[in-house]
Amino acid sequence: MKKFTLSSLLSQLLLLFFVVIWIIPTFGLFISSLRDKDLLAISGWWTSLKTTQVNEIYRSEGSKEQIQENDLFLIKGNIFEDDSNKKILSYGVTSKNINEFDIEQVGVFKDGTKIQLFENGNYILTSSKEFKKKGKRIFVTSLSPPKFTLDNYREVLFNEGLGQAFINTLAVAIPSAIIPLVICSFFAYALTWMNFFGRDTLLALVIASLVVPLQMSLIPLLSIYNDIGSIMGVGAKSYPGVWMAHTGFGLASTTFLLRNFLKSLPKEMIEAAKVDGASHYDTFLRIILPLSIPAFASIFILQFLWVWNDLLVGLVFLDQVPSEIILSAKLRELLGSRGENWEILTTGAFISMTIPLLIFFSLQKYFIRGLVAGSVKG
Amino acid sequence: MLDISPLLYVCLGILFFLCYFHFSNFFLDKIDTKKGKIKSHNLNLRAFIFVAPALIVFVIFIIYPVLETFRLSFYDKYGRDFVGINNYLWAFKDPELRRGLLNNLGWLIVVPTLSTAFGLIIANLADRIWWGTIAKSIIFMPMAISFVGAGVIWKFIYDYRGPGDEQIGLLNAIVVSFGYEPQAWITIPIWNNLFLMAIMIWIQTGLALVIFSAALRGIPKETLEAAKIDGASEFKTFTSIIVPYLGPTILVIWTIITIVVLKIFDIVLAMTNGQWQTEVLANLMFDWMFRGGGDSGRGSVLALFIMIGVIPIMALNIYKHKQEQKI
Repeated sequence: MKKFTLSSLLSQLLLLFFVVIWIIPTFGLFISSLRDKDLLAISGWWTSLKTTQVNEIYRSEGSKEQIQENDLFLIKGNIFEDDSNKKILSYGVTSKNINEFDIEQVGVFKDGTKIQLFENGNYILTSSKEFKKKGKRIFVTSLSPPKFTLDNYREVLFNEGLGQAFINTLAVAIPSAIIPLVICSFFAYALTWMNFFGRDTLLALVIASLVVPLQMSLIPLLSIYNDIGSIMGVGAKSYPGVWMAHTGFGLASTTFLLRNFLKSLPKEMIEAAKVDGASHYDTFLRIILPLSIPAFASIFILQFLWVWNDLLVGLVFLDQVPSEIILSAKLRELLGSRGENWEILTTGAFISMTIPLLIFFSLQKYFIRGLVAGSVKG
Repeated sequence: MLDISPLLYVCLGILFFLCYFHFSNFFLDKIDTKKGKIKSHNLNLRAFIFVAPALIVFVIFIIYPVLETFRLSFYDKYGRDFVGINNYLWAFKDPELRRGLLNNLGWLIVVPTLSTAFGLIIANLADRIWWGTIAKSIIFMPMAISFVGAGVIWKFIYDYRGPGDEQIGLLNAIVVSFGYEPQAWITIPIWNNLFLMAIMIWIQTGLALVIFSAALRGIPKETLEAAKIDGASEFKTFTSIIVPYLGPTILVIWTIITIVVLKIFDIVLAMTNGQWQTEVLANLMFDWMFRGGGDSGRGSVLALFIMIGVIPIMALNIYKHKQEQKI
């Protein structure tokens, strides 16, 4: 152990400062996604362990629940539907004065109905007339204890369509990562170990194409897709279409990386296989493939995450309908339409982060290797 | 109910390519063994089987579109009538585009510089501290998540409520706790760009960090020991040994982040969609692809602009990469 010095203390504090700044945004998002949505809307996530005071409107039961006692009509019930552990401080019967009555104090509605409300939400309504079908509005100020719930996740996954978007994103990302790997591994093999006409020109062309940003391809490709769609009488946008687009955009970098890797393998091995009468396909399957697994893993992870996190290609080459929309596009749509519903946004964002974070924490080695090597991706 | 049929197409799609390679090669092997010797035209045929799918994809998705985009930049919005350099003239006059170019320039100056600087500082700190690995993991983590996800995270931090209300956005809560007025950060022109850039810096610092971390291990221990014996302060060691030694790495990281920033799109689209003067080239291009039914001429000009920006930096990057491979 190093000895304790002022400068090492300063270094530790400075690093801690960076770490805190870097982790807080994600941490806040995660905590928020687990909070009750009503609390989330009125208090910062850093207060989530505190008891908060909330103002809410509840409605009592209507005439269905009324009981007649002598010539009085009664309704008994509890305004809280769930056992929320809220403690009522005060209440009111009009929106103008929501703190008019203390708990257990008897309040009077405009029509003469009397109400008594207790701390735990139990209430008794009394009236000399029959109640109306609809219940009475009660304005309640209560203390709400910290509450964490998975409700937001349930809501977002099944009612907001994020669950389907998750499956759609998998359906986009898996082939979009595997197909380029398959075709580029053969391509890179041919470019490295086979002699054929125009090989060097082709290789130079592929490397040169690394400089082309994918924006250059969008407009012509979209019009090709539209043409194919109208000729075949199907929609222009489809899963195979988006797979091939991602394959195209990942082709140059994947080939480049794989070729660099294959070149580093000993030449003698390939030649020995040739002498033994193995065809190129045998050589590829028996020798190259087993040796390339780590390289493949890195490239697969890199491309998979790239596609998973992509927004542009998913927006341009897929219809923005529930059966095709991907997570990032869905999230962007929610940012526009549900901008104030933070319970939906925070939860949605966290769902979109699950797979990347899982890969990050379980396969960090491959992930970093891929990212560092993949800096040539255009 | 969730519809899992897309996942079935997935298997079919992948199977298609595996079958292609397997069966075409399998039959070629059969023919070869029958003849007993490998003929040269079969070698060419084999190469063709290996290369064809990638080549087809390459031509359709890269070569043709680049040429076509170039052509379309001289045509009208439907790509039908030749309009000469009108689209380019428009580009030089359009105030929105000028705004976008300026903003892109701002992004190019601020983001790579700060990300690289933070990455370098953190890599140095983390290297000497026992919990440095954990710190590195945490700072690297944003690299894994999407720009849109990061957008949501930060939009939540920048959230604004009226002065009387309780702030649920962290930044405004801090500002209010110091007694200042809360601000709608992402709507304040010019400065809001910095708030969007912060997101990118938050993400890219991790990349700089891991690359620097690897490079730091390459600095000879003796050099650092010698500096220590000579009585150089840590700061002095940092500026006169570590930084010069990492010079090439700094350049590499700077180019990588610059390319990402040149194409910055997701963050701007998700956070502001270019409103409040936060427009950038890639977002403007996306906009013109669909605005008023789409204008392929102007969209193509914008795509070309992006490519012109990327080419020199990417070329430098590839050159560096190849040099490293040689060593």
